[in-house]
Amino acid sequence: MTRAETSTKSRGVEVAKPWILLSPSLVILFCFMVLPMTIMGAFTLFLYVDIGVDAPDLGLRNWNVFFTDPYYHYAVWKTARVALITTVVCVVVGYVPAYVIATTRSRHRWLLMLLLLLPFWISFVIRTMSWIHVLGAHGAVNTFLMWIGLIDAPLEMLYTEGAVIMGLVHFLMPFAILNIFVSIESSDRSLVAVARTLGATPVGAFFSVTLPLSMPGVATGALLVFVLSAGSYVTPIILGGPDDFLFGNLIFETIMTQLNWPMGSTLAIALALILGGIIMIYSRYFGLERLTKGLT
Amino acid sequence: MSETPTKRELRQWGDYLLNGFTFLVYVFMFAPIIVVILLSFNSSEFGSFPIEGLSLRWFEKLLANEVIIRAFLTSASLGILTALIGTLVAMMSAMALVRYRVPGRKLFSSLTIAPLLIPETALAVGLLLLLRSLGLPRTYMLLLIGHVLITLPFAFLVIQARLSGLGRTYEEAASSLGANALTVFREITLPLTAPALVAALLFAFTISFDNLTASLFWRPNGIETVPTQIFAMLKDSVSPEINALGTVMVSITIGLSLLAGAIGSRLASQAAAGPDN
Repeated sequence: MTRAETSTKSRGVEVAKPWILLSPSLVILFCFMVLPMTIMGAFTLFLYVDIGVDAPDLGLRNWNVFFTDPYYHYAVWKTARVALITTVVCVVVGYVPAYVIATTRSRHRWLLMLLLLLPFWISFVIRTMSWIHVLGAHGAVNTFLMWIGLIDAPLEMLYTEGAVIMGLVHFLMPFAILNIFVSIESSDRSLVAVARTLGATPVGAFFSVTLPLSMPGVATGALLVFVLSAGSYVTPIILGGPDDFLFGNLIFETIMTQLNWPMGSTLAIALALILGGIIMIYSRYFGLERLTKGLT
Repeated sequence: MSETPTKRELRQWGDYLLNGFTFLVYVFMFAPIIVVILLSFNSSEFGSFPIEGLSLRWFEKLLANEVIIRAFLTSASLGILTALIGTLVAMMSAMALVRYRVPGRKLFSSLTIAPLLIPETALAVGLLLLLRSLGLPRTYMLLLIGHVLITLPFAFLVIQARLSGLGRTYEEAASSLGANALTVFREITLPLTAPALVAALLFAFTISFDNLTASLFWRPNGIETVPTQIFAMLKDSVSPEINALGTVMVSITIGLSLLAGAIGSRLASQAAAGPDN
């Protein structure tokens, strides 16, 4: 073998190398994400015959039902409302701790940071379930209010839409705080001092400098909270009443209970498209990199 | 001049207000979990208030509950396998996308983080449809594949951030000194990315161990993970055993994150003593 041959061969290996490294993830992503989503898209055109039976009788029936049936409109509206309230609460309430952690000069800042990250590590189902102990008839709030004699009978707080929102806020608030914190932290704090020397009041400096500079973090946090709450399935079951079903619950019911695969696929694709659309709008303005930065 | 002290006072009050509010948010985040922990030591028959006395009976009962032990073993094995496979695959594609000029690099990284952006319910339904089209039953394998898919973006992002942060200087220096590709990887790349790999392993394990929504779609009949088992138990009533399980899980979590912190700082100091500095 001549030298030239060896070098072309090794160059061939060099070219193939990244593809070899990429192949496991590409196989996984293609076989278990791209292909299934494609099948799902095709399934929305299928005809539901009977429980678990469907026919490849292509048509837009499922989409027609989705767009005309008030039952689905109600679910979309309810999901949007719950997700929106959750998002607003998380961002507005979460802004304060994010600001305090980012600007504090306290020695205990590391502790605040650690506690902020801790919820990400605590079991989601336990965190959600814990609200039963807080809001339930024998929960902490009712027990306390009855003990001090403010009420005679327990308030009905659990198994309501409010309880669902409470659970979602509790689960998603750290996402909002973390993203807002990162954007305040990484902004140029000397601009605040500049605004102050130019005569701005502390409050004025906050509204003209800090708040606008932190808007990317607010947007990222809001997007994450909205997408995750709109896609939630477990929280409404644990904390909601019979009427408090969100879009995710509808999908589960349609597929796992009714075994109506074509309609279930239509709902799942609809959810993915709506949320995907929102993510696309976001990424046009802020870029996807920003979204993933906050997560790691 | 007489205005200055009131202004300062105003500021002070503003600070108190902000700090107080922050404190309340922290209370909101942790009080419910503290309630669970308190109730797990309650000797009462019911898993709720009032607290009648302290006892460890629910922990004893938990240890004797075979269903929960089995769920725990399933979750642990699933988490470990998911973490190992997910981290390995993520490391390979991060290497390919950070260290080589691959055409369509942007597309591939978007594709890798896509499972994060697609609603879990949609991903879950998709995999079930695939199985159905192939006429296959739901198995443990489906749960494993699904969990790898869900954790892949997280592992990838952590490792990718570290790899691109490192730059290629050390690797180039080593290979110019005559080290072959394998040696460079073993002696330079691997030790330098070790903190990210540990983080990715822990991250993937926790996400798998904690996953509920997709697991409810995917789990085969007769197999329960810890979250799906808790979820099934919640449908009857909140038994005190769930509180005890919650306390155990929170303790493990805090233990694990402390361990991760210790490993992280250890590796960081090693790296500081090594080629990093």
